[in-house]
Amino acid sequence: MQQIFNFLIRNKNRILFLFLLALAVFFTIQTHSYHKSSFISSANSLTGGIYSWANNFDKYMHLDEYNKRLMEENKQLRNVLTNLNDTISVENYTDTSSFDGTYYFRTARVINNNYAKPNNFLTLNQGKEAGIKSEFGVITSKGVIGIVDRVNNRFSRVISILNSDSKINAQLNKTNHFGSLIWNGKNPNIVQLIDVPRQAPVKKGDTIVTGGRSLIFPEGIPIGSIEDFKLDQSESYYTINVRLFNDMTNIGYVYIIENLDREEIQELEREDEQ
Amino acid sequence: MNNSILKNIIRFVGFVFIQVLILNNINFLGYINPYLYVLFILLYPFNGNQSIFLILAFLLGFSIDLFEDSGGVHAAACVVIAFIRPNLLRFSFGISYDHQNLRLSTTPFGARLSYILISILIHHFILFFLEMFSLSHIIIVLKKTLFSGIFSVVMIILSLAVFSKKYR
Repeated sequence: MQQIFNFLIRNKNRILFLFLLALAVFFTIQTHSYHKSSFISSANSLTGGIYSWANNFDKYMHLDEYNKRLMEENKQLRNVLTNLNDTISVENYTDTSSFDGTYYFRTARVINNNYAKPNNFLTLNQGKEAGIKSEFGVITSKGVIGIVDRVNNRFSRVISILNSDSKINAQLNKTNHFGSLIWNGKNPNIVQLIDVPRQAPVKKGDTIVTGGRSLIFPEGIPIGSIEDFKLDQSESYYTINVRLFNDMTNIGYVYIIENLDREEIQELEREDEQ
Repeated sequence: MNNSILKNIIRFVGFVFIQVLILNNINFLGYINPYLYVLFILLYPFNGNQSIFLILAFLLGFSIDLFEDSGGVHAAACVVIAFIRPNLLRFSFGISYDHQNLRLSTTPFGARLSYILISILIHHFILFFLEMFSLSHIIIVLKKTLFSGIFSVVMIILSLAVFSKKYR
């Protein structure tokens, strides 16, 4: 017994070291497994508070650019709106604004954004109090950003499209051939669309949009344009490099999308399985 | 002694803030960041309690991880270099380390450089390896270790030179 105690005391630093190392590696492995990811995240009130405090300075530096983006978006929306008025006949008029839509949009500001690591996350300055839950989609006027992952009262964390765990359903704008969007961790402006069937007419410069099979994003949200493409080893699927419309290194304000029908659709699918 | 504890607390908090708010956003050439906060581990009193030192190193890395959403990669790298620091000191400074009155600013430049360089390279290698978490990306890991390592070493030597009065 005495010898065991002596051994423990003599090697207490070594044991402490091994324990701390094991703890750190355990945390690391946790973040690598999707959705089991950990109680530790930058969406807690301490780190979130510090980031949002520091981001206030940054915000003023970019106000000009945010204004420009808003103007651009307003211009597009106005164009769509006036064209709609021209084409819809007014005889069978129903006030659709009284219906609940399928999607509900919220806004938030990005207070922390990383894009240089193999697994990137963003932190937003809105959380549970604003009605945000995990699995909501995040976009800007230009395209997809990612999916909400963890939420606390005032902040939320988003799995960026630039994360090796992220897998978003996407399709060709012209022909509806779909595949999965992943990131190989190399260039923050380029993501990869895999598993697109060989029959698809892929052309350089074509637009990639979100697919209709996703319960998170509405169909047709822009993602990027085709940079180049090649057939994979099995020669039956394309791997396409997609240049993102968004500049992921400079985001600012985002929209958070809630799919109001999501739970009903999931319930239906669950019933189907049983 | 109290003075030394206070100084280390301020250093700890200061390094975390500088790292997460400024240095992690540099992203030179896309992915190169200096990791200045390692300096806390390099400068921690050489005759301090080793167990407390290990725990502090873990907490330092862990605070960076909290901000960076990187799980425990910084914590692991910090704990490792904190654990092997006595060996590194003995390797770089020889006998004078055992006299316990060693001061970093009075050591010859070559010895100081080797101490900083070896520590940084080990730290960065563990950091980037755990971040990638796959053997097939070992080339990227080594590339990142080398470039970020050079950046960190330069930054650390510069900040030691600027603030050297404090340690004399």
